[in-house]
Parts: sequence; C-alpha cells; structure tokens
Amino acid sequence: MAALDQTQVKEGVDQETVDAVREVSTYKYGWDTDIEMEYAPKGVNPDIVRLISDKNEEPEWMTEWRLAAFERWTKMDEPNWAMVHYPKIDFQDQYYYARPKSMEEKPKSLDEVDPKLLATYEKLGIPLKEQMILAGVEGAEDMPAEGRKVAVDAVFDSVSVGTTFQDELAKHGVIFCSISEAIREHPELVKKYLGTVVPVSDNFYATLNSAVFSDGSFVYIPPGVRCPMELSTYFRINAENTGQFERTLIIADKGSYVSYLEGCTAPQRDTAQLHAAVVEIIIEEDAEVKYSTVQNWFPGDENGKGGIYNFVTKRADCRGDRSKVMWTQVETGSAVTWKYPSCILRGDESQGEFYSIAITNNMQQADTGTKMVHLGKNTKSRIVSKGISAGKAQNTYRGLVSMHPKAKDSRNYTQCDSLLIGDKCGAHTVPYIEVRNNSSRVEHEATTSKVDDDQLFYCRQRGMDEEEAVALVVNGFCKDVLQALPMEFAMEAQQLVAISLEGSVG
Amino acid sequence: MALPEVKQTATEARLATLTMPDAGCTRAAREDALARVLEMGLPGRRDEYWKYTRPDTLISAEQPHAALFHSDEPLLFGNLDRLKIVFIDGVFSAEESDDLELEGVNIDRIEDICCKDIHWAKELYGVLEARGQSPVQRPLAALNTAFAADGVAIHVTGKPAKPISLIYRHASETSDAMLHHIIRVESGAEVTILENGPAASRFNKCIEIDIADGGTLHHVRAQGRDHERCAATHMFTRLGQESVYKSFTLTVNGVLTRNEQVIELTGDDAIAHVAGACVGDGDFHHDDTVFVTHDAVNCESRQVFKKVLRNGATGVFQGKILVKEGAQKTDGYQISQSLLLDDDSQFLAKPELEIYADDVACSHGSTSGAIDDTALFYLRSRGVSVKDATNMLTLAFLAEAVDEIEDEVLSEAIVNRLEGWLSRHI
Repeated sequence: MAALDQTQVKEGVDQETVDAVREVSTYKYGWDTDIEMEYAPKGVNPDIVRLISDKNEEPEWMTEWRLAAFERWTKMDEPNWAMVHYPKIDFQDQYYYARPKSMEEKPKSLDEVDPKLLATYEKLGIPLKEQMILAGVEGAEDMPAEGRKVAVDAVFDSVSVGTTFQDELAKHGVIFCSISEAIREHPELVKKYLGTVVPVSDNFYATLNSAVFSDGSFVYIPPGVRCPMELSTYFRINAENTGQFERTLIIADKGSYVSYLEGCTAPQRDTAQLHAAVVEIIIEEDAEVKYSTVQNWFPGDENGKGGIYNFVTKRADCRGDRSKVMWTQVETGSAVTWKYPSCILRGDESQGEFYSIAITNNMQQADTGTKMVHLGKNTKSRIVSKGISAGKAQNTYRGLVSMHPKAKDSRNYTQCDSLLIGDKCGAHTVPYIEVRNNSSRVEHEATTSKVDDDQLFYCRQRGMDEEEAVALVVNGFCKDVLQALPMEFAMEAQQLVAISLEGSVG
Repeated sequence: MALPEVKQTATEARLATLTMPDAGCTRAAREDALARVLEMGLPGRRDEYWKYTRPDTLISAEQPHAALFHSDEPLLFGNLDRLKIVFIDGVFSAEESDDLELEGVNIDRIEDICCKDIHWAKELYGVLEARGQSPVQRPLAALNTAFAADGVAIHVTGKPAKPISLIYRHASETSDAMLHHIIRVESGAEVTILENGPAASRFNKCIEIDIADGGTLHHVRAQGRDHERCAATHMFTRLGQESVYKSFTLTVNGVLTRNEQVIELTGDDAIAHVAGACVGDGDFHHDDTVFVTHDAVNCESRQVFKKVLRNGATGVFQGKILVKEGAQKTDGYQISQSLLLDDDSQFLAKPELEIYADDVACSHGSTSGAIDDTALFYLRSRGVSVKDATNMLTLAFLAEAVDEIEDEVLSEAIVNRLEGWLSRHI
C-alpha cells in the first residue's frame, strides 16, 4: 500500500475515504493451503475436455455439449475492446482441472470432508458447519435465529467440497447442490436451462467456460417458494497455475424468491491466474432473485505482479412477467476485472437493478458495468455504479441500456460516479444508450449534483450549505447500496461505508 | 497488421476512383495521408467507431446520386454583411464569390498556396488531421487530406469586420466533392466563419483550425436540406492558451450526415464549446461524433447536442472527453438529448469519459424521451393547439443548443430555419 501512502490527495476527498480504500486494499486472504492435489495435464484440448467430463461422471450429452463448445472456442478471438492491458495469456500453459486428492472419493457428508479443507474455509470466515452464527460478523448475535442461516456451497479449485443445509432446503423443494451433481441427479432441469441465457457461442471466455467448467453451483427454487435461507457459494483458488472455471445456474420458478451470495478469494502468488466463470439466472413469472457478490480475488502486488484475471459472464433472464433481478457487487480484488452482470428484461413489467462499487488500487484494472436489455413492455431498470480508483489503477464503467421497439413505456435510470484518489490513476465511463421507441424514458447521469431535489431542499432548509447537503445525500445513498448487501458480507461492507464520493467526477 | 479482406477490397475500389491533385507543396502531406489510408483502410460496418452509422455510402466506389432540391426559403444569412466564398459541387467559383480581400485576414485557395511561400499553411495542411488519427482512426479525413482538390487557406491576423461565409451549392445530381480548408487564427485575432449549403451529392469535408494563444474563432454552420445527399465532415481544432473556439451546427434532413469534431486543448485556460441541433424526418440519419482532449490546465469544454426525430429517423451521438494526466482543474461538460416525436425513431448514444487527472469536474448526461405530456396538457389547457404546443415544446427543447451561438443575429437566423422546419413537418 506504499502507493497510497505517498499519494497527494486532492482537497475535498475526505481522509475516511482514503483510509477505507487503504483498508480494503490490504489483502488478508493471501495464504495458501498445503494440500495434496491431483491435476489434469496442462493445457486444453478435446482430451482434457473429455477428462473433466469423465471426472464429473457426466452423461454423454454433456460431454458432446462441451466438445462442441471447445470446437467453437478454437475459432474465436480474444476480445480486446476493454480498457485493460495484460500480457498475452498462454491458454496451454495452465491446468484446467485440479482437485484435492482427498476428494477423489466424493465424501458423503460434511463430516467426511478433509479437515484441512474445512479449516481453510473456517479461516476464510466461511465455516462449513451448519451453524447459526457467522463468524466475525458484527451484530450477528443480536439477529433473530431465522435470519442467520446461510447454506454454503464451497468450491475449492475445480471441485465443490460440500454443500450445507441440503436436507433442510430439500424439505421446501429447493435444490441446492454443485452443478456436477445436478448434471447427474437432475439432468432434465440442466438440459432445459443450461446455455439458454449465456449461449455456448456467447463470447470467448464463456465459450471456454462451456468447454472446461469443472464445477459450480446449481439452484432450483420451485414455484411459489420463498427460499428459507440465503444461499451462498464460496470460491477459493488454491493451486498454482490453475484456472478456475465454474458455472452457476440458478432457476427461480414462478413466484419464488431467493437471495444468493458469492464470495471469492485466492492466495498471493506472483504469477497471474485465470478465472473465467459463467453465471446464468432464469427468472420466471413473479419470481425474484437477488445476487450479491463480494469479489476479493488476489489483486496482485503493488507492482502488478500476480493476481487473478477475472473474466466473467453473468446474465439474468427475466423471462416471466413481473420478474425481478437485482445484482449487487462489491469489486475490490483481481488484477484485471472484465465483468458485466446483465439483465434481459423479457417479461412485461420485469425489473432489473444493478448496484456496483468497484475499488481499484495499485496496478489493478477493472472494466465492469452492466447491460440492461429492455424487451418487454413497462420494464424498469436502474443502474448505480460507483468507481473508486487509487494508486496507478484504471477503473472503467462500461454499460449498455437498450430499449427495443416493443419495450413500450419502459424506464431506465443510470448513475455512475467515479472518484480518483491521486493523480496517477484513471476513471472512465463508456455507456452505450440505444433507444428505439418514444414512450420509454432513459436517463444517464454522472454528476453528484443530480441528487434528489427534495432531499437537498430538506437539508438546505435545516441550514446545511449545498455541498454539505449533496455530500450527505450521496453518502447516504452509497450506504443504502452497501446495506442492501446480505449479512454474510457485512464485514467487508462495514469497511466500505466510510467511502464518500465527495469530489466525484462522472 | 494486414487489413481484413472486405476492408482491403473496399479501400482499393474507392482509391481506384480517385486521383491525387498535382498540388506542389501539399504533395508530401497528401502522400503521407494516403499512406495512412492504406494502413487504416476505409471505415467498415464492423468498426467500433462506426457502430451506429453505416459508412457504406460514404466510401462506395460507385458514383453517388442525389436529387437537387430547390428551397423556397429565403437565403440563410442572406441579409448579413459577409464575405462570400462559393463552391459549386466542391469547386471554387470566382464569379459567385466576393473579392477575397478583407482587412485582418488573408484568404488563398489551397491550390495557390504552393506558388506563394506561406509557411503557416504548409505547417498546417494535414498536420492536425494526422494528430487526430490517434487514439481513434478517422480514415475519411485522411482520404480527404490526400485527395481534396479544392479549399481555402484562411489566415486571420486581426479582427475582420465581417464574417467569412463559405457557401456550398449543389448543382449536379452525381457530384462527389471533397474540400479541405485550413484556418490559422493568430494571437489575439478573432473571426467568425459561417458555412451553409448542401455542397454535393456526396460531400467529404475537412477543416483544420489552429488557434494561437488568445485567438478566438466562432463557427456557425447549417447543413442543407437536400434530402438525398450524404456527407462526412471533420473539424480538427487545436487551441492555444486562453484561446476560444465556439462551434454550432444545424442539420435539417439528409439521408446520412456524420459530423466529427476533434478538439485538442493544448494551452492553459482555453475554452471550447461545440453544439448541435438537428431535426430529422423519415430516412434521416445524423451522427455527431465529438472527441475533446484536455491536455492543459484549467480548460473548459462543453458539448451540447439536441436531436428531434420523427418518422423513423435516427440520431447518433458519440462524444468523448479525454482528460490527460496533469490536465488539472479541467471543467468538462457534455449533454446529449433526443426528443422522439414518434415510436419509430431512434436515438443511439455513447457518451464517454476517460479521465487521468484527479482535480477535475467532468460530467455528462444523456436522455431520451417523448414530449412531456404534462407540459403539453398545460399548454392545451390554455387554448394552444396540439400542433402549436408541440412546436413550442420542440423549439424549447432545441433552445439550449441554439443558445450556444453568441451572436444574436446568427442565432435568430438559425431559429427561423428551425421554425420553418417545424411548420413543414409537424
């Protein structure tokens, strides 16, 4: 964090913000677990694809699906339009499959899982016990017991090591398991939905993922069920030179609700590692999904050595009328982030929301944002993005808002603010706005002065000057986003609430 | 890197139809520009910078065709005392033009400057265009530098008493014109440049403007009503310390118009304002592409673009503010708004910011929507007809852009044009 210590901070940026950024940038998860691993040979080719499929004991149709994806991937080019720069990745110089030796025989219950693995998650603050209280979360003790349960699917390198609360969830008809298990146990659901939101040919990294994904989580919420607890996946990369390719598939059937959390960390290594995930969410009529992420992959050291290249495709398809999705992300990690959680608002009156706080420091580069594709009538979307850049980092918001001719009476509101700490970093905004009918309203704002007039008026009435009032309102707003995060993430979030966006640029 | 085959073929086909003018001292600049074209290739549909506008008709090797249009409106700026320079289908007309003598300014045809020893012109022709090729390529401008057969070199040394008015007439249905002007405003000098007329069936125009410390240039342009014409224009402007550049463009009709403004603020405390109002109907496609680079301290830039679209018209805005490292105290503002008068029209925008300095105030906004029902209701409840109310609200919407014109006489002329359009089209 030397870079930030020497930084001359411009007037108007408060010290609390600088301290908060400094705090979140100290990587606490950089240790590794000494555990015997089993690797597939380095590189990627049809044999590796078959081997991964074989390890997961997949049916033939899945293997074929993967091979077709691989075939396509070999004909695709790496995207280069994002504002991120990194040395060319040698896709043949990494491992595509790594699992702890102890996982060879799939443990039947959590009690059989290698204690070393359990200890790893314990240390990360994600105990894989069906316990009530989350370790270390302030204030959790005072919460009612009902609100504290979180079912966790823990993914370690290429495999899922265990899923908690499965039995209790099953009582409600909720299926929560690793995707490899779902392919075996619920092939009809996987076949029906896999690749329907992010098609195999979607983009370079999604296609690669389709070919080589090793594990991930699967969620199915049956019609009318409000998932009784929050579901969570925790991704840990441990092995060296290993890429993690996980696939998450969430299906919220009619009238259901689920809140889903995702966390991720990796050890501190001086070679960069690849993480290319795909998340697909299908939301039927009247259903609602909340997806929250605290992305805390190792960001590399202050000279930009090491770190995770995070190339992720996340997309939610609001298929049914009145369906709703909310993406909340706090991005603090990764050397390079390339991530655009998107919403396809297909159903009439469906809603998409995207709240993002991206913090980059040192040599980190983040190119992140969202796509809101309005197809149905009366659809609504809201984008709130806060980018904070320090050190020599580059932070880009890139987003698309598209109103199709048939998306009558739709509405979008976008606000993206960025804050620069120091004069060696960069903050960029690249929004695409496509409006193809006139009954829809689209607004893109990037100034702090455009906060709610009523709130401003209220503050001014009580004697605050304009600047103070704006700061208060914006600050309050930022806290709202953070407080919308589930308890699981409260720890990280608590450190972030101190961030103010005073002195922001659009 | 080799060009994609489609691009290579299209570029070669277009180049085969052109001959480089034998233009003495600009020869070297032209040859460099041609090399740039060969390296970049002409724009293609798959280029990111042409995402919303199809460049096909602008680069095609076939001869363009656009019906002539006879306007019954009084001449724009007709009553204004101005120095007229007339081009017919892209060729200078000495008969139609005024005598090019005016105190405080020297005007030469580009083809004449090589006979004289005008250093400033040699140092400017193709230079700002070449600078403007990075970070985004603008091959049509390079093509223009290489092949433009006519144009004027305007050297402003004082404060000429009247505006210089460039008038572009369209006389042949198959004219394919390229004009390249260069303008140098010396320290403390001030000039107003007016441009109007449809120019040609296909028009490629490039202006390079160099404003020295403390210089001022006002630019007001109105692009003609010949609906079938297509045009690509580039203005490259470099600003010195405390200099001022203010540009406004009105576009009515035209199947395809792409106006690019590339502005570089290189001296401290410089000011650049670019604005545009466009009104389009039917198969109208209008694209404003602006790139402002702040490379000095305490500069101000402002982009205000308003588009009124109906019957399936398309409006495009691509605007960017780039604040380089060290360009502290930058004040950058950008607004792009569209008013869609019906459900078939579309507005496509990409308002970008790229900022590498921490003590700046940059903001951008972009909105799109229909006429406000409440406002319409208010006017109607006071006895105003739907048509008048819509006109009133449309004019009010465009006013923010028109207000960017400082000179009242000029802004009134523009408002008259807009009112004329509204009375014909709404």
